[in-house]
Amino acid sequence: MNNSLRNTARLLGAGLRALLVLTLVTGVVYPLVVTGVAQAFFPGKANGSRVGADGKVVGSSLIGQSYDLPSTKGDQPPAPDLKWFQGRPAHGLGTNTVNTRYKLLVSGATNLAADTKALREQVEAARAAVVEDNSVPGYTVEPSDIPADAVTSSGSGLDPDISPQYARIQVHRVAVRNGLPVERVAKLVEEHTQGRTLGFMGEPRVNVLALNTALRDLTA
Amino acid sequence: MSPVLAGVLQLLALMAALSLAYVPLGTYMAKVYSSDRHLRIEKWIYRGIGVNPNVRMSWPAYLRGVLAFSAVGVLLLYLLQRLQGVLPLSLGFRSIEPAQAFNTAASFVTNTNWQSYAGEQAMGHVVQTAGLAVQNFVSGAVGIAVAVALVRGFAATRAGALGNFWADLVRGVVRILLPIAMIAAIVLVAAGALQNFSGIHAVGQFLGGSQQWNGGAVASQEAIKELATNGGGYFNANSAHPFENPTPFTNLFEIFLILVIPFALTRTFGIMVGSVRQGYAILATMVTIWVGFVALMMWTEFAHHEGALRLAGGAMEGKEVRFGVGASSIFAVSTTLTSTGAVDSFHSSFTGFGGGIALLGMMLGEIAPGGVGSGLYGILIMAIIAVFIAGLMVGRTPEYLGKKIRTREIKLAAVYILITPALVLVCTAVSMALPSARHSMLNPGAHGFSEILYAFTSASNNNGSAFAGLNANTDWFNTMTGLAMLFGRFLPMVFVLALAGSLAEQQPVPVTAGTLRTEKPLFTGLLVGAILIIVGLTYFPALALGPLAEGLAS
Repeated sequence: MNNSLRNTARLLGAGLRALLVLTLVTGVVYPLVVTGVAQAFFPGKANGSRVGADGKVVGSSLIGQSYDLPSTKGDQPPAPDLKWFQGRPAHGLGTNTVNTRYKLLVSGATNLAADTKALREQVEAARAAVVEDNSVPGYTVEPSDIPADAVTSSGSGLDPDISPQYARIQVHRVAVRNGLPVERVAKLVEEHTQGRTLGFMGEPRVNVLALNTALRDLTA
Repeated sequence: MSPVLAGVLQLLALMAALSLAYVPLGTYMAKVYSSDRHLRIEKWIYRGIGVNPNVRMSWPAYLRGVLAFSAVGVLLLYLLQRLQGVLPLSLGFRSIEPAQAFNTAASFVTNTNWQSYAGEQAMGHVVQTAGLAVQNFVSGAVGIAVAVALVRGFAATRAGALGNFWADLVRGVVRILLPIAMIAAIVLVAAGALQNFSGIHAVGQFLGGSQQWNGGAVASQEAIKELATNGGGYFNANSAHPFENPTPFTNLFEIFLILVIPFALTRTFGIMVGSVRQGYAILATMVTIWVGFVALMMWTEFAHHEGALRLAGGAMEGKEVRFGVGASSIFAVSTTLTSTGAVDSFHSSFTGFGGGIALLGMMLGEIAPGGVGSGLYGILIMAIIAVFIAGLMVGRTPEYLGKKIRTREIKLAAVYILITPALVLVCTAVSMALPSARHSMLNPGAHGFSEILYAFTSASNNNGSAFAGLNANTDWFNTMTGLAMLFGRFLPMVFVLALAGSLAEQQPVPVTAGTLRTEKPLFTGLLVGAILIIVGLTYFPALALGPLAEGLAS
């Protein structure tokens, strides 16, 4: 009995030492070496791919943000600022909150199932809003033209991109609101459309922040 | 190019890349676990641990090593979380509550990486990097070690030992996981993944105001999380988060990392048992199931839309634009057919059948190709069952790889395949009977049932993905999924190592005209059939209540 207790203790001791040594290797040396290489060779990317305009950081090219009018009433959801291209809906963002100490950027999806009333209502409301917001005199959005990404929330809630089709739907409205010719804005969208990587990876997309930054340059 | 064609091309590119890595990596791993030499850094580590790496262990000794190392791992990770509030570099986050800390400790030590917390809101640098990411390495190395021990059991020619657990553990980390993860992490950073140790800081926005980010060692954790089939995200959104998975290329690269070791281990196995063709037969089984599942997933996600997805005109809910439906389908299948559980899109919002395919992938026992190590020993157990069934048909004592499958071996294999279904079905049934547990469901109806079934399937099979609408941060789910993960990981290992010991004691029998040729396509067909039938019979009733009901209702 005494012997087996001693053996167990010895074994656990070896386990503990193994874990501590491997923690040093994989939990201290490894992340520090990777961080060192990252900061030396790819500092911009390792620090979040920030993009600037007029000497100010305006966000990250990888992280979606909202382009809303300043909120007038406290608890009302803010209205989109229709002067700018809009990203995808983000109904899932900020759920599962356990820590409210910071106003952190919290990622997340809605996790709603396809057969739920809640998701159907979200999609219907988003579709109606896309039609209403983007139809201007002389151009009406056909509901059948609206791509799926315009009416659904992404996985991260931080999707920086929209499909080229959703960007094209917004062209007329953005042109009117900014007093620009439609062709000029359409060209801007073309210029900021990224194809599939190497022609087959992922999907074509438009980065909303880059597009809006270029739009601001155009109007300034 | 249509999105469907692009999806198929991405699948083919992935297969090409995996084929290129198969021979060199598989051969290299066989050398790693067969070599008698120790690297200098390994000698230092053995000295630090205080063990002799040349002692050959019997199966009980090997098992004791696995259990002692893992027990210490759970305890230390639990303490690290409980003490977070007073640790430096914790970004001001509080200590984790006991039930959640137990759940998370069990989760990362068992290679599950089920997460009932949101990373960016709960875990500081120390817990993420020196706690969670460390277990990403070592839990993967433990899985490979156990698989290698089983292979040695098949290969042993006389009353033999299984090798040295400490040497296998250290070599797995130092010679396999660490070098590949290092390169992969740098590739991820170069493509845009985050890697720094800055605290929480504000970053300006386009229309004024700011967003608050927490920095972290994201790329280094992402690399090992995929490579060792762990799957625990640095952030709540896991590999859907642009800082973890910034581009369509990194997405495919991460799928590659998930699959590369589990597939290549079949070659390691073939070399170690002295016939690479035996490895090819196992590989063919894995590939058949994996490709079949990807095809089914793409079909349902591209074409079988119901409810809100039909209304939306595409299954983009919970998916990122840069990945689209095709690449997200490949990721979802690859993560659930391995023990990874990382997600680049949220399975709960997939089509009804799509969620069911993800569930079924885990229910197969994650063997196509499965987790690092666990996939190989899982499918070898199924191979024993298949050989046994074939033996029954012709009335001959079954053999596999020159070893007789006698009463003892088949008992151990049978108990192995009963453990996880028992855990899944009993825990799900009890949860459904508890009003407080049902209260955790986000979605009503069949999908709500699927959330709970998915949670216990994921935990017991050490996957870690979720129908994440379920509020799993309750005492019930933290405790029960924690226990399901521990039993689902270590009970099977007990039987695998016992089996290895029993096989190692046998003299190999010569191949005769009556021997079932397990390196032939016929056996691959038999194995695929046995896997699908056994799992289908086990889980069909539960699947009918959840995803099948949901998929057929539309």
